[in-house]
Amino acid sequence: MCETCGCSIPDQDHPAPADGHTVEVLQGLMSANDHAAAHNREHFDRTGTLVINLMSSPGAGKTRLLEETARALGDRLNIAVIEGDLETENDAERLRRSGIRAHQITTGSACHLDAHQVHRALHDFSLDGDQPVDILFIENVGNLVCPAAFDLGQHLNVVLLSTTEGDDKPAKYPVMFRAADLVVLSKSDLLPLLDDFDVESAEACVRALGTDTPVIRTASGKAPDVAAWIEWIEATRDAHTPAESAEVA
Amino acid sequence: MHELAVCQQLIAQVRATARANGAASVGRITVRLGPLSGVEPDLLEHAFVFARAGELTAEAELHIENAPVVVRCRSCGAEHETASNRLICGDCGDYHVDLIGGDELLLARIELHGVDRDKDGNRAESKSQIGEPSNV
Repeated sequence: MCETCGCSIPDQDHPAPADGHTVEVLQGLMSANDHAAAHNREHFDRTGTLVINLMSSPGAGKTRLLEETARALGDRLNIAVIEGDLETENDAERLRRSGIRAHQITTGSACHLDAHQVHRALHDFSLDGDQPVDILFIENVGNLVCPAAFDLGQHLNVVLLSTTEGDDKPAKYPVMFRAADLVVLSKSDLLPLLDDFDVESAEACVRALGTDTPVIRTASGKAPDVAAWIEWIEATRDAHTPAESAEVA
Repeated sequence: MHELAVCQQLIAQVRATARANGAASVGRITVRLGPLSGVEPDLLEHAFVFARAGELTAEAELHIENAPVVVRCRSCGAEHETASNRLICGDCGDYHVDLIGGDELLLARIELHGVDRDKDGNRAESKSQIGEPSNV
């Protein structure tokens, strides 16, 4: 054992202390967030809720997709949403008008949700008892950078890429798109009008991140088409089994 | 700009370690950072200046060790250092690769000043030139 600080690194390999005393830590910088996220995940598993973290740049159509999801699945599954925005309850109110239970987190100037914010929201937002929730969507703050760094306790990450944004976004934001379990090309009904978004190029950018992540298309405009999305949700829901750590009381 | 939130977390961990060791102050803090961690080294350095203010860490310095992005091919086993948006095998071009480095976001080590190293755990007067022991 190291004589300097009692760590397990052999003494000869230990960096020489300067005028002080050096302690090896080797701890993840996100460990406090990750601990809260694990706690959230246990809670979700206890209530039998599948939790999907929805991320994209602002305006890619996250809220609109959730409205369509409620229309398609609302009579079969209990769907709820936790909304993250810098300001306003606008998105939560929009979703409530579609008949979805929604809770708004306003982050002030923070560019992402973290696990503690979701934890606090869950104190006011029951997922079981009289109001069971089969699928909880967490609509993260619109941002392709920061939300990727914070585990919230979700089971899956879905990243939207709207066709008006550019097909090389996965190459520009590799951390975000590498975290995705599904990439949704939203506003695909606009593809015939756009000359600079190539679906194959977008998929190639996702593959270049070393992943097999499926890429699907949705449209939520005047002629909505969310069939592939609904199919993915249903297959995911069927395949989802809560982690073994969640003891059923 | 989530680097300030990350930095505040870093400082909280550093202070906890400093207190546990009975240190009077903190010197160099070494963080190991990969490009796929989602944290920008430059922004972390800017945020650090604000986050360190307060007890124990006011004089601390941040040292960042940049970790390279390295992938190992599942098909041919080759290992390559690569760009963070090009996670494919440099030999056979397969995208079925495992990331074996590049997403690190680790507090590696902390240099502490004014630590009493009495084996019985008793806090004696500090032998360090740096300052008085903390009152924790």
